[in-house]
Amino acid sequence: MAGTYQLETQAADILRELGNIGAGHAATALSELLHTPIAMRVPQVELIPQDEISSVLGGPESLVACVFLQVMGDVEGTMFFVQSMASAKQLISSIWDGEGQGDGISEIGWSALGEVGNILAANYLSALMDFTHLRMLPSVPLVAVDMAQAILSIAFQDERTEGRYALVIHTAVHHRDEQEDAHFFLFPTPSAQDVLLRALGIGGIV
Amino acid sequence: MIHHVGMADAKVARGSDALRTLGLGSCVGVTLFDAAAQVAGLAHVMLPSAPSGTEDVFKYADTAIPLLLSMVVQEGADRTRLRAKLAGGAQMFAFSKGMDLVRIGPRNVEAIYAQLDTLRIPVIAADVGGNFGRTIQIQCDTGQLWVRTVQHGEHYI
Repeated sequence: MAGTYQLETQAADILRELGNIGAGHAATALSELLHTPIAMRVPQVELIPQDEISSVLGGPESLVACVFLQVMGDVEGTMFFVQSMASAKQLISSIWDGEGQGDGISEIGWSALGEVGNILAANYLSALMDFTHLRMLPSVPLVAVDMAQAILSIAFQDERTEGRYALVIHTAVHHRDEQEDAHFFLFPTPSAQDVLLRALGIGGIV
Repeated sequence: MIHHVGMADAKVARGSDALRTLGLGSCVGVTLFDAAAQVAGLAHVMLPSAPSGTEDVFKYADTAIPLLLSMVVQEGADRTRLRAKLAGGAQMFAFSKGMDLVRIGPRNVEAIYAQLDTLRIPVIAADVGGNFGRTIQIQCDTGQLWVRTVQHGEHYI
């Protein structure tokens, strides 16, 4: 799919609906964990050029906290749960009182973030599995705090695929108010995109 | 003037100019320079080896480095005086045994050393590995390479 960056409207609509189903389940799970309403906005389905991967997060060097998971099974890809340091600390302190203070993130905070990513991904993927009858299993969550591009470039470093554009199902996560607190990205590999779209009854992208 | 080099891109510059690339994680910034001619080149490499017929030539170590070499020579560098400095090649996620995708950094570094060895370009400095991102900038007239990190400060190599 190198050089191709038109997404068929029908394919985009169906993937967005799929993203909605996943996000709905993930938001419910996170609301229960945090005892506070969490909203996930209607997902954007777009093809992002590799050079612009970090633009939604404030640029290549902006400091973010990220949970990364690989998706394995019938549909393969990568997932990222990314937020600013301030949002990450707020999230941690709402799970563990007293944590999330100070400059860095404590070991407990680190594992809390990983667990939140895990819960989001597992719920998101299980909703997608119920809907598509395809197997999608998350790997163990890995956590990193660093420059946005240094982390997200992994989405373009899958040697099985070549492409300057990645399909991303991008969901903004809102906590309490209208402010955008976090982002949830699913990058299916190009072959996984075909598998997904076929399972949903349409031919494929392009 | 500072020239920005994006992901999977490369540029050359000369004199008092500088070349910069942002947010290297497991990607590697490869610089070649001839201090006498005051010419430098920088490539932002993402993967070790190219699939056949790729158009994304600067994305892969094996296609990017020979091309970067010809670019700096065309700009007036003397091949025999060229030196290389590298930075990046991190493993951004700790505790990631067995996940190939997250081992890309060290493999990129190996592939780049192999290429430079084949082309007989000595590597005189490298700041590679670890589990943190880097932004780098090379000064074309001196070949001095500035490395900035979020968690481990900044320094020159």
